[in-house]
Amino acid sequence: MKGLALRVAHLYPKLMNIYGDRGNILCLQHRSEARGISFEVEGLELGDPLKAKEYDLIFVGGAQDREQRLVAEDLVKVKAKPLGDGVRRNVAVLAVCGGYQLMGRFYRTAEGEELPGACVLDMHTVHPGAEAQRFIGNIVIEWNGTTVVGFENHGGRTFLGDGVQPLGRVVAGFGNNGEDGSEGAVYRNVFGTYLHGALLPKNPKLADHVIETALRRRHKDLRLSEIDDAVEDAAHAAAVRQATRRSIIR
Amino acid sequence: MIQRTAAVAAGKATAAVSRRFRLGGGTALPGLVAQRIDPDVIRDLSGQLSEGSVIITGTNGKTTTARLLRGIAKEAGLKPVANRAGSNMMRGIAAALVDAAGWSGEIASAERRLGIFEVDEATLPLVAEAVYPRAVVFTNLFRDQLDRYGEVETVAAVWRAAVAGLPAEAAVVLNIDDPSVAALAVVAQGRVLTYGMNADARWCTVCGNELEYSAVMYGHLGHWRCTKCGNTRPEPDVFCGEFQAEANGSRLTLKLPGGLVEANLALTGLYNAYNALAAASGASALDLGRPAIQRGLNAATAGFGRQERMHVGGRGVQIMLAKNPAGLNQVLRTIAANGSNADLAVFLNDSIADGRDVSWIWDVDFELLEGKTRSVTVSGVRAWDMALRLKYAGIDGQGASPNVEPEPAQALKRALNATLEGGTLYVIPTYTAMLEVRDLLARWAGRGAFWEAE
Ligand SMILES: [Zn+2]
Repeated sequence: MKGLALRVAHLYPKLMNIYGDRGNILCLQHRSEARGISFEVEGLELGDPLKAKEYDLIFVGGAQDREQRLVAEDLVKVKAKPLGDGVRRNVAVLAVCGGYQLMGRFYRTAEGEELPGACVLDMHTVHPGAEAQRFIGNIVIEWNGTTVVGFENHGGRTFLGDGVQPLGRVVAGFGNNGEDGSEGAVYRNVFGTYLHGALLPKNPKLADHVIETALRRRHKDLRLSEIDDAVEDAAHAAAVRQATRRSIIR
Repeated sequence: MIQRTAAVAAGKATAAVSRRFRLGGGTALPGLVAQRIDPDVIRDLSGQLSEGSVIITGTNGKTTTARLLRGIAKEAGLKPVANRAGSNMMRGIAAALVDAAGWSGEIASAERRLGIFEVDEATLPLVAEAVYPRAVVFTNLFRDQLDRYGEVETVAAVWRAAVAGLPAEAAVVLNIDDPSVAALAVVAQGRVLTYGMNADARWCTVCGNELEYSAVMYGHLGHWRCTKCGNTRPEPDVFCGEFQAEANGSRLTLKLPGGLVEANLALTGLYNAYNALAAASGASALDLGRPAIQRGLNAATAGFGRQERMHVGGRGVQIMLAKNPAGLNQVLRTIAANGSNADLAVFLNDSIADGRDVSWIWDVDFELLEGKTRSVTVSGVRAWDMALRLKYAGIDGQGASPNVEPEPAQALKRALNATLEGGTLYVIPTYTAMLEVRDLLARWAGRGAFWEAE
């Protein structure tokens, strides 16, 4: 796949890097380069303009509340419009945890304040208050006939509108809101999920799906070749075992 | 009074039983039992300590700092009462006090007893209220096990409230190189003593290696300044003016309010220089005197599982606890600096004490060890997560994938076999894995179980 390049915009890498988001970037790089696809990543911080169409994939990770507020402001003021345009032109987006919440219509904080979101996904998130249970733990979802495994840690409950599909169904864990069994959201080429941090390395099928989706905007029939995923598959299987065992005990 | 006596007796009986049956060393359970009977047992017993108490808290370094301070206190002729490493919640402190008291619930007043308690970040307010400390030493505040504590901001807010509520007689000892620790000075009611690394020091006078030093000032610790409002790190009251890394330790020159202290520390890494600074500053706040500080630091040996050397089957084994990215990066730098043929065994568990979320390993620079390993074994409940992280870092044993063996005893045997006789095996465990690994090694090395080691 000579001459191909995966061009990634990493939104707010300094502010939104909570727990292992770097693993997702490393994974995109590793799995691209293993196929001879060159990998380019550009970090965009507060105030930096976003030229969405110049990228194949836009990635945004998680943050703590204080950082998330700064990001939410910048997102709405500076980046939401080009992001929306890019999404309509099929640019791929992967939004994780806090970044996922910000893709929705709004986020209502524990104190009841409503922070506007980027309105890329038809959904909203509500934090039911400081006393409410935080959704923390290993999680497994059913996705595309297989499983995706990871860790979730969020106070907010996300509710999907009619305009989006869930990414998957919860097998073990909480997911979007702990009620309707949905996890994450998909709309056009946008993928949002609460499975935070190093989501991609031990979910190689999802990682390749994201890369393929991102590259197919410019290279229609592209198919990624197989690579050696023995360690990836073993890590995936072990994490699924761990998550389902825990949820049965609980 | 009767309640206290009953509480202490029940606690001591519990300790005896759990030691007899080796139920985890009785480090916390006796405290829990005593607290059930007398909820005020910590207040009652700590009030009898003739020299009062000092509290040490922070994300990294509290165990080593407490250990160093204990050594200094002993050199000053005091008899410390201290909780065991890792038992740093209320029950662990209650257990230490129960252990120090007689069966009648009295702590002998003839002895000069000083409480030295390492305290979990989130537990600080409870302990501070119960023991009425003479000084509180803060090490640093890193992102650590967020699934337990929520957010760094939350811990900072808890600390601010705790410091504001301290009695005016209590000294607050702060690491000025950590902005969120330094900020506590504003809310302190009483005396504030700050410590830090000195900017103007001629760092390495022998080899002059600048890079090594910028590398060892770790995480967000250093000489900070806000470009927006001009908020700047002030000059510390206590500082380390010279730091020289040596093969098995480091040489430090500390500037204290009363004068200089030169010490040879048997601990490597700049993070241990910070621990020495914290301990010396705490000792200084308690007026333990420079001679005791110097002798105490010189006499220090590596602490419980933090940096512990053992000998098993003709190989040296060095255990280096992995807690969080900042701490583990320091460990990896130390290993990388020691040569290019390291034998390594990494144990990753995901119990509450380890942090249930293992995503943090992706924030660790395992790439530091690329090309520097001879054999690599990974183990623990999350062995495969670690194997995958190491695959990404390009680390493998002799060109092959890391040796994956989730069962700890098997893994440890394999790793020892892979290590040349006379060589050193670096064992990097998370907390619960460390307890397991150390127990195995101690058995094989013919040493006591961990609660018997001092
Ligand atoms: Zn400022």
